[in-house]
Amino acid sequence: MSEFVKIKLKSLKATANSLSKAEHQLAVLEQNPTQFTPFHSQLNTIGLRPLRPTALEVFQVNLGKMCNQVCTHCHVDAGPDRKEIMTKETMETIIEVLKANPTFKIVDMTGGAPEMNPHFRWFVEEVSKLGIQMYVRCNLTIITANKKYNDLPEFFKKHKIEVISSLPFYSKNRTDKQRGDGVFESSIKALQMLNEVGYGKEDSELKLNLVYNPAGAFLPPDQSALEKEYKTALANDFGISFNNLFAITNLPVSRYLDYLITSENYEDYMTKLIDAFNPTAAENVMCRNTISIGWDGYIYDCDFNQMLELKVSNPTTQHISTFNASALQDRSIIVNNHCYGCTAGSGSSCGGAVA
Amino acid sequence: MDINYYNADDLKKFGNIVEFQKEMGEKFFGYYGEVFKEGALTAREKSLIALAVAHAVQCPYCIDAYSSDAYEKGYSESQMMEAVHVAAAIRGGASLVHGVQMMNKVKKISL
Ligand code: SF4
Ligand code: SF4
Repeated sequence: MSEFVKIKLKSLKATANSLSKAEHQLAVLEQNPTQFTPFHSQLNTIGLRPLRPTALEVFQVNLGKMCNQVCTHCHVDAGPDRKEIMTKETMETIIEVLKANPTFKIVDMTGGAPEMNPHFRWFVEEVSKLGIQMYVRCNLTIITANKKYNDLPEFFKKHKIEVISSLPFYSKNRTDKQRGDGVFESSIKALQMLNEVGYGKEDSELKLNLVYNPAGAFLPPDQSALEKEYKTALANDFGISFNNLFAITNLPVSRYLDYLITSENYEDYMTKLIDAFNPTAAENVMCRNTISIGWDGYIYDCDFNQMLELKVSNPTTQHISTFNASALQDRSIIVNNHCYGCTAGSGSSCGGAVA
Repeated sequence: MDINYYNADDLKKFGNIVEFQKEMGEKFFGYYGEVFKEGALTAREKSLIALAVAHAVQCPYCIDAYSSDAYEKGYSESQMMEAVHVAAAIRGGASLVHGVQMMNKVKKISL
């Protein structure tokens, strides 16, 4: 664990770590020293290859890699030193695409810290005018990081945005190990602020969902048992309520891949993922109803493929400026061995377990 | 030379014990699975009990398995070490309480 507890202050990119390069990560993922079945062959055996979309429903937008935190497990390699953020022009193109393609039911905003993009509020207001449900992947600490963000709970409420936030554990020790010193305390404060404006109450239309992900080289435990524990602990210790807990598996990408390698857990972790391969989870992987847009407007099958720079397979519609819904609907999803993270055990998606 | 004692990879082969006695082996694994399900005690609580018992019976396989399991289920390092101390205290106490038997015997046979 010692490698894991060392909180990074800089991104892999800023420290010129070779794993900051997508091709280097892909080379590691394809090495396969233990001769495991490659993910695409696994899909073959269950008749899912090529992997095809079921519908275009979730439009995930990565508003940029800039973040106020530098979490150890971050698959985006986000941090304050990352300057790649989405321009207003790209956002305008996205709005046009959303107008022309009413099949999208959800706009899921992620980052980095999406709220740090200076056009974040403008973008939300424009999507709001289209009447599409929005999710924001809010890291919580941004709300208390600076006065200018203190009104975010009110802003989220105004647009009825569903808030999805990481809280790796309901204790300080484990949370701070993964996300940095002081993160637990400021996350608790932010959750209380969200509760105050009406988020996370039972039956409230203002949904507040929390995300658990393991602080180490292991798989998440049972999602529903963990949700009960979170609810009891957060209510008893801090008077906090929330709606659902999503238990997410860490995928071997970027900083988490770096952690696995430096702590010599990579092979064991891959073996765990592969041994836990679940065909039902494979059928329900999130890329089948999601597309993911990068900060620079390129289109990917999911946020992980985005970080591995694997653009959608159809060359005619790889950028938002050439968005073509039917071509995207017909595409084959690009898979690689990191996909084992989505299909292990109860499966894992941006909405938690899928099987 | 073959490694016959405590090979970590043998834990993965635990299920193979059915090869030599199918019926009993399967009954055992069925029972085992039942014991560790959510019940009047949660699966999480059972994991910590298993960790303590693993130390009491000093089974390296069980220690490996339940150190991972209890940590994955969210117990902290200090909670897990306290569970080991519970096992140690009971083991120590179990020896020491027999000291009373020794005293009884000695008192009976001495002048
Ligand atoms: S995991 Fe989220 S909060 Fe942490 S560094 Fe990455 S983007 Fe930021
Ligand atoms: S990593 Fe992406 S492409 Fe692979 S299964 Fe998961 S969501 Fe699909």
